[in-house]
Amino acid sequence: MPDMSESESSAAPSGALSRDDVAHVAKLALLDLSDAEIDRFTGQLGAVLESAAKLAALDLGDLAPTHHPFGLTNVTRPDEIVPSLDRDIVLAQAPDIEDNRFKTPPALGEDS
Amino acid sequence: MTESFQTPSATSIAAGVRDGSQSAADVIDAAIGAVEAREGELNAYNLVLADDARTAAAAIDQKIAAGETVGPLAGVPVAIKDNMCTTGVATTCSSKILEGWVPPYSATVVERLAAAGAVMVGKTNLDEFAMGSSTENSAFGPSKNPHDITKVPGGSSGGSAATVGAGAVPVSLGSDTGGSIRQPASLCGVVGVKPTYGMVSRYGLIAFASSLDQIGPFTTTVADAALVLEVIGGHDPRDSTSIPEPMPNLTEALGKGVDGLRIGIISELSGDPSLGSVEGIAPDVAARAAAAAAALEAAGASIEHVSIPSSVHGLPAYYLIAPAEASSNLARYDGVRYGLRSDGPNALAMNAASRTEGFGEEVKRRIMLGTYALTSGYYDAYYGQAQKVRTLMIDEFNAHYQNFDLLLSPTSPTTAFELDAKTADPMTMYVNDVCTIPSNLTGQPAMSVPFGVGDDGMPVGVQVLAPMMGEATMFRAAAVLEEAARV
Repeated sequence: MPDMSESESSAAPSGALSRDDVAHVAKLALLDLSDAEIDRFTGQLGAVLESAAKLAALDLGDLAPTHHPFGLTNVTRPDEIVPSLDRDIVLAQAPDIEDNRFKTPPALGEDS
Repeated sequence: MTESFQTPSATSIAAGVRDGSQSAADVIDAAIGAVEAREGELNAYNLVLADDARTAAAAIDQKIAAGETVGPLAGVPVAIKDNMCTTGVATTCSSKILEGWVPPYSATVVERLAAAGAVMVGKTNLDEFAMGSSTENSAFGPSKNPHDITKVPGGSSGGSAATVGAGAVPVSLGSDTGGSIRQPASLCGVVGVKPTYGMVSRYGLIAFASSLDQIGPFTTTVADAALVLEVIGGHDPRDSTSIPEPMPNLTEALGKGVDGLRIGIISELSGDPSLGSVEGIAPDVAARAAAAAAALEAAGASIEHVSIPSSVHGLPAYYLIAPAEASSNLARYDGVRYGLRSDGPNALAMNAASRTEGFGEEVKRRIMLGTYALTSGYYDAYYGQAQKVRTLMIDEFNAHYQNFDLLLSPTSPTTAFELDAKTADPMTMYVNDVCTIPSNLTGQPAMSVPFGVGDDGMPVGVQVLAPMMGEATMFRAAAVLEEAARV
């Protein structure tokens, strides 16, 4: 395992990303990363964030954020009943089903 | 030596099929033959649908024999990027996580093409989930550039660009989130259009970054691009971001020329350091863009350099916004309802194991980046700031469109590069999108038109940019450039 302080100091101060950060984010993103991947991502993501840090320096005053380029809001369809996808066709794509429901391993147990 | 092909245009194929001078069956046989002849070296397709295509072609010929009406793309072979859903036909996004998945519905664009008489010949390869600029991130191996198979076709719609660039089919569809239609079009020597955000329905397009993704055509001619866009564009109630306005007539605009149009060359993307250009735009590519400007001027347009300082913020803003949206969109792949499931002792462990096994490295990298950018405490500094930069760019581009009808830049900073040349360092790869990203962030349309070759003899594309819903004017300039490139 590389020296933690070294990997931290190699990133720009404003975009500093530590190995611990990467491991934490991997957990949030439901990805099991190997030590080698965490090392690699720490450097690579740090470089991207360093470039992004240039944006943080911009004084954008009270500019509103853009979430959508066309500014459409509250688009709804008419409240009419239309056919939906056939249940059997949808369930046929599932890795595992039981009694017309998606089946997964138990939510609790074995180190959950 | 490789057999070479030169497909007739979609416009001429449809005309011939409609007036009975050729059969759809013959057209499709020729296209399948060309696709299969080049597939071994190009790897442009995840799936070639030879039997389905022949059946569809026969049905069109029967309709014509029965005197029934057929659409404007009757008998035209089309290839579909494998991130658009096709009922009953596997759709993978070139990802292991969707391998074997068969969508229960078709994308609106797929339905509209079929209704117009087009015949789908296959699903094309892409960078996994459309994340990349070389098609090297595909779980099924890279596609190759049809003009030199030691080079990349660009990406992420590399397979779609390669098969049209090879002259195997006249039309394919791609999706463009940061340049994924225009950059491969430039590298493969074909026309590629990123329409105004909301012009083409995203229903059935598997989401990467929903506020940026837009479907558009690859074609061998500008007129074909206009025709295909007219077929696939227009309001779709199934996409809440679809523009509720009629589709502008584009084919009518083609012959109108550029006399009197005001066209600005974006200084920051000009390749000229004395004008404040970003680094990395190759001199031979910059020279082709300058030659394109001269051709437009000779055709009656007025040309001026214009500084748009915010255009340089596009790249860093994009690499926060797109991964943030991707991290959210790709949360749905959890091994529960469809796609790959890996074993785990409980549900959460199964979710993580499935995602870990199913996603490739670039997809993981972007999910990680996006998750981080959305993390509490960093949200305002990264994602929030990037969304404000987006507003800044929209305001600046709109201000310039008060004085200019169109803008011009190179499409890609370089011609096609060697396979594996840029895979080691993500930042090196990301810089490929520097000229194309601004249009995705602003939502404005842009297209790449082939305009000669670089010092290495490989194709160079020039990018024409237009204001929202400005496609008709954009196509006028594209038609002039196409004509000028011919001489």
